[in-house]
Amino acid sequence: MLEISRLQVGVDGKKILRGIDLSVKAGEVHAIMGPNGSGKSTLAHALAGREDCVVTGGAVVYLGRDLLALAPEERAHEGLFLAFQYPVEIPGVSNVYLLKAALNAQRRHRGEPELDAMEFLQLVKDRMTLMRMDESLLYRAVNEGFSGGEKKRNEILQMAVLQPRLAILDETDSGLDIDALQIVAQGVNSLRSPDRAIVLITHYQRLLDYVVPDRVHVLANGWIVKSGSRELALELERQGYGWIEDGALQSVSAAGAEHP
Amino acid sequence: MKIESLDHFHEAFAQLAKRLPGAELPWLRAVRRSAFDQFNALGLPTTRHEDWKYTNVSVIGKRPWHFASQRTDRPGLIDGSDVQGIVDELALDPAGHRLVFVNGLHAPRLSKVNGLPHGVFVGSLARALREMPQRLQGTIAAQTYADGFTALSTAFLTDGFAVVLPPGEVIDQPLHMLFLTDEGGLAVQPFNVVLAGARSGCVIVEHFVGLGGDAYWTNAVTRIVADEQADVQHYRLQQEGSKAFHIASVAAAQQRASCFTSHAFAFGAALSRTGIGTSLNAANAQATLNGLYFVGGRQHVDHHTRIDHAAPHCTSREYYRGVLDGAARGVFNGRIIVHRDAQKTDTHQANHNLLLSRDAEVDTKPQLEIYADDVKCTHGATVGQLDENQLFYLRARGVEEHTAWALLTYAFARDIVERVRIDSLRGRLESLLLARTPEGERIRELL
Repeated sequence: MLEISRLQVGVDGKKILRGIDLSVKAGEVHAIMGPNGSGKSTLAHALAGREDCVVTGGAVVYLGRDLLALAPEERAHEGLFLAFQYPVEIPGVSNVYLLKAALNAQRRHRGEPELDAMEFLQLVKDRMTLMRMDESLLYRAVNEGFSGGEKKRNEILQMAVLQPRLAILDETDSGLDIDALQIVAQGVNSLRSPDRAIVLITHYQRLLDYVVPDRVHVLANGWIVKSGSRELALELERQGYGWIEDGALQSVSAAGAEHP
Repeated sequence: MKIESLDHFHEAFAQLAKRLPGAELPWLRAVRRSAFDQFNALGLPTTRHEDWKYTNVSVIGKRPWHFASQRTDRPGLIDGSDVQGIVDELALDPAGHRLVFVNGLHAPRLSKVNGLPHGVFVGSLARALREMPQRLQGTIAAQTYADGFTALSTAFLTDGFAVVLPPGEVIDQPLHMLFLTDEGGLAVQPFNVVLAGARSGCVIVEHFVGLGGDAYWTNAVTRIVADEQADVQHYRLQQEGSKAFHIASVAAAQQRASCFTSHAFAFGAALSRTGIGTSLNAANAQATLNGLYFVGGRQHVDHHTRIDHAAPHCTSREYYRGVLDGAARGVFNGRIIVHRDAQKTDTHQANHNLLLSRDAEVDTKPQLEIYADDVKCTHGATVGQLDENQLFYLRARGVEEHTAWALLTYAFARDIVERVRIDSLRGRLESLLLARTPEGERIRELL
C-alpha cells in the first residue's frame, strides 16, 4: 500500500529525514517509535503533504501512485489520513461543518453521491457514540476550547467518519489519561481491516498494549535504525532509546561511507 | 485657494438655506449659519490632519455637488412603481417598523410605523422639527464640530429620522431606517436624532443602500442621547453604490447605567469614513462597539472610533474586524480616553485584519490615553493572512484549497456577525458575507 524509499526531507533548510525506507502492506499496523527530535512528526507531515516539509530526495508510492506529486487534499481524497499531534483550532468553523465538508469532498472525488443531511448526521452520531463524545461537541468550533483529550478523540472521530485506507496517527496517545487512551485505541482498532493500513507514531509503547502492531520501527536522527516485531517496543520500554541511538550513529557513518 | 474650492458650497447654502426644513425657527437659522461659518473656517479635512492622514477626501471637495434633489417632478421617487419592490426586498421584517428616505427625503408612502405607545415619536426629522422643535433644539444646537463634514451636515440639515422615547418606553421591534440613493451628483445630508429617556430602550438599524452606478455623496450625522438606564442598540449597514462617497458621524452621550451598543458593517462605497463615538458621562454606563468592514477592488474604508470614559465604574468593549481584498485600503483608529476621574474603568479593544491579496493594505492604530490610575485597559491589533496551519489542517481532511480559503475567510468575518442580536439582520449579513466570499454557495450548502 505504501512504499517509502530513501526519503529525504528538510525543514527550514535543515535536513531532518536522511533516507527513510519503509514498506506497509494493506491490513498491517506499523508502529514508528523514537526519541524526541528524531523526525517522526516530519515523516507524518511529509506524507500528508505539508509544504514546509521539503522533499529533497527519494520516492513515496501509495496505492501505485506517486504520493509526493499530490496536493494535501488529493492525498486525503485517495484515502490518506493524518491524525495530528497538535490538532489545529479553527474558530468560527463548527466540527460538524468540517466533517461534512471533508466527507463530501472525498465522496465527490470518488464519484459517490454526497450524503443527505439525515444520513450524514446518523453516521456521525454513530461514530461519536463509539468515541464516547458528547453530541454538543459537533456544534462547537473545531478544537476550540477542547481539552487535550477531547482534541485527540476528535481526530479519531474524524478518522472514523472518513474511513481512510491509510491512517497515520502522530502521537495520538500523548497527553491522554488511561480512560481516553482506551477509547482512542478502541476507535483505532475498529478501523483495522484487511484493506486498510495504520501507522502509529508514538514515543511510548503504552498505546501498543491496546493496538498491537505487526511491525515496530525505531527512528533516530532521521533514519530507521531498527525494525522488528512487537517485542522491539517492549525492549525499548525497558532499555530506553540510548542503546539504539548509539547504533544509529554507527549507521550514519556507515551510510556516509557508502554514499560519499 | 481654499475659498475658491468651497465656492459651490457657498452658492448652494445661499440658495437653499431659506427653503430647508425648520427655516421658520430662529434658533435653527442661527445654528445653520454658525455651522456654515465653521465649515468655512475648517474646510474639508486634508491628509495633513492627523485624524485624516490615511484618508484623502480632496476628491469630494472638487466635485460640484447639488444639495437638493433635482428631480422636482418626482421627488422621492426612483423609477416610480419599482421602488416599492426594492423596499420590500430590503425590509428586514415585512411587518416591522421602517422609515424610508429616497435621495435624502422621507418617503411616507414607502414607510410604515404603527402601533407605537403614546408619547413615543418615530418619524422624519422634518416632521419632528414641526411638531417638537424644542425637544431637538438642545441636541442640534449643542454640537461641536470635529471637522468640516459634521458642520456641513448641520448647515444643510434636510431630513433624517428622529426617535424620541419618554422614560420607561421600550420598543423591542427594530426600527429600520432605510436610506436609498441613486441620484448622480447629489450630496445627501441625513441628520438623525435619538433621544432615549430614562429606562427606555430601542433598536435602530441605519441602512444605506445605493442603487445604480452613479456617484453621489452621503454625509450623515446621528446624535444619540441615552438617559439613565436607557438601552440603545444602534446598527449600521453601509451598502452604498460602488462610486459613492460615504462620510458618517455617530455620537452618543450616555448617562448613569445606560447601555449603548453599536454594530457597524461596511461593504459598499468607493470611499467611506465612519466615525463612531460615545461619551460615558456617568457611573456604570456600558458601551460596546462592534464593527466589520469587508471590501475589495479599489475601495477605501476608514473607521475612527472614540470612547470617552468621563466617569468612574464604566465598561467598554470594542471588537472590529476587517477583510480586505484586491487593492483595497482599510483604516482603523480606535481612540479610548480614560479621563482623570474615571477610576475603575474597564476597557478592552481588539482589531483584527485579514488581507486576502498582496495589494490590499490596512493601517490600524489603537490610541489609548489614560489619565486615571485604577483602571483596566487592554487592547490588541493584528494584520495578517490566513493561518497556514488552519489551511493545511482543512486540506489534510480533503477540503479543496480554495474552499478552505473561503471557509476560513467567512469564519473570520462571521465572528462579528454572530454578535448581532436581530435574527433577520444576522441572516441578511450572512448572505452578504457569502456573496462576497468566493465559493460562497458551496459554503452555504454545508451550513
